[in-house]
Amino acid sequence: MEKLPYEKPYIKKLHAGVMNKFGTRSGVQPVKSIDGVLVKTLIENYGSPVFVLSEKQIRKNYRSAYRAFSTRYPKVQFAWSYKTNYLNAVCQVFHQEGSWAEVVSGFEYEKAVGNGVPGNKIIFNGPGKSNDELKTAIKNDSLIHIDHFEELNQLLILSQELTGKPRVAIRVNMDTGVYPLWDRFGFNYENGEAWTALSKVIDSGKLHLAGLHCHIGTYMLTTDAYGIAANKLCDLAMNCQTQLNHKIEYIDMGGGFPSTNTLKGAYLPGQDTVPSVDDFAEVITSTLLNFGFANEDLPMLILESGRVLIDDAGYLLGTIIANKRLSTGKRALIVDFGVNVLFTSFWYDHQVSPAQDFMPHNENMVIYGPLCMNIDVIREGINLPLLNPGDQVVVHKVGAYNMTQWMQFITLRPAVVLIDEQQRPHLIRSNETLGYIEEPEFIPIHLKANK
Amino acid sequence: MKIKSNIATSENGFIFNPATGDSFSGNAIAATLLLAMKSGKTEQEIKQDILDRYDVKADQLNRDWEDWMLQLKEANLLEIDA
Repeated sequence: MEKLPYEKPYIKKLHAGVMNKFGTRSGVQPVKSIDGVLVKTLIENYGSPVFVLSEKQIRKNYRSAYRAFSTRYPKVQFAWSYKTNYLNAVCQVFHQEGSWAEVVSGFEYEKAVGNGVPGNKIIFNGPGKSNDELKTAIKNDSLIHIDHFEELNQLLILSQELTGKPRVAIRVNMDTGVYPLWDRFGFNYENGEAWTALSKVIDSGKLHLAGLHCHIGTYMLTTDAYGIAANKLCDLAMNCQTQLNHKIEYIDMGGGFPSTNTLKGAYLPGQDTVPSVDDFAEVITSTLLNFGFANEDLPMLILESGRVLIDDAGYLLGTIIANKRLSTGKRALIVDFGVNVLFTSFWYDHQVSPAQDFMPHNENMVIYGPLCMNIDVIREGINLPLLNPGDQVVVHKVGAYNMTQWMQFITLRPAVVLIDEQQRPHLIRSNETLGYIEEPEFIPIHLKANK
Repeated sequence: MKIKSNIATSENGFIFNPATGDSFSGNAIAATLLLAMKSGKTEQEIKQDILDRYDVKADQLNRDWEDWMLQLKEANLLEIDA
């Protein structure tokens, strides 16, 4: 006789009171596969935990975001934000789709060159560029976005001996009605610093001011801020044209569009509250189109989106290690991935789904990672069915920042797998080994273990 | 390990404590365990019965039993030993 399915015994106190206005939870399904590949098979083949990326979803996100802008504005260019996810396979997907590269360090710059991106399609941002890095960028005709006066002077010195002019842009910060202001990067608009900087670039005769750049924040929940920012950059561009007789070729609006992850402390889920890329595109492009540029003078619009293009294409698969009951009676679940791997659990209440069939009873529980550190909390409270050690879970929307900000701390970093459009999994980064971590280490002779 | 004698339980997992007015709902296994405990079976008998009928290993069941006892204690449903 076949045995009945087992689940942990569980009782829940019933509270009389007003019904929850959102009704009961319904429709939760186990997530057994990703793009047609079984979670179980992925864990068997690549270990647990493992990051999984959907190439299909990345391309879909890119095309839909590009369409949102290109159907509203004649000259649009995306540049993939390397820091969001710079695994080479991921970058190549974006480059195949037509993205340039947006980098913020010499390391990222080298990665972009290694990925075959032509120098003149690399945007070099950030407040910390060395002389050597700037020389390379100048030699490759990259777009250098100047962050501060020191960098501007550095470039003027480097350009003394050149015959050609390095192509640069000024990063501008401004009040867009969103606080705290992001005023640590670039030159301020309101106090006239940005105008001084761009005048200095043009007057020098040594640098070519190709564009104006801003990046007003991250995970922006209001489209209005982008309208204000676009308006201020257009104002600078127009003044440049009328007062300094210099045409600005592009306006780079940066990134900052939110994914549909739910921010910690948010009352409603992210997918119900964040504006869509279309909403942002409408505000930005209508500001540019209505500002008063002649048709042939319309600047190219560059966007450096990262998070919104890849977050929902990434999954983290893991396994339950243990169940626990805390002193308060609350249930705790220990999983095999910690905050060292899932860095974004500090920002988001990530959705977590069981990867196998489950019984209908739910219990509110806390999810802890495997680290022997008090901060290792994946979810402070989540309603999940009762799971047993060995059961598998899928964490959703982890494609942005985790595979760059993850830390080798206490445990090793896991493998990353990309599922292609034909539903074939490919290993794109192998899991770390002790040898890999210790390879750069040296032990002085007097500290060597006696064998 | 004994359920308070005044606790009312139903076959589908509803539990009522007339002394406090608290009510609880439980899953199918919880309902089975409660009925077995009320019928006076020993821990060993109850566990063996579950092992015979359900797809679970003994070590898993033993771990869950500890948790089950904590839940019952937390819910104030256990007879307190003198």
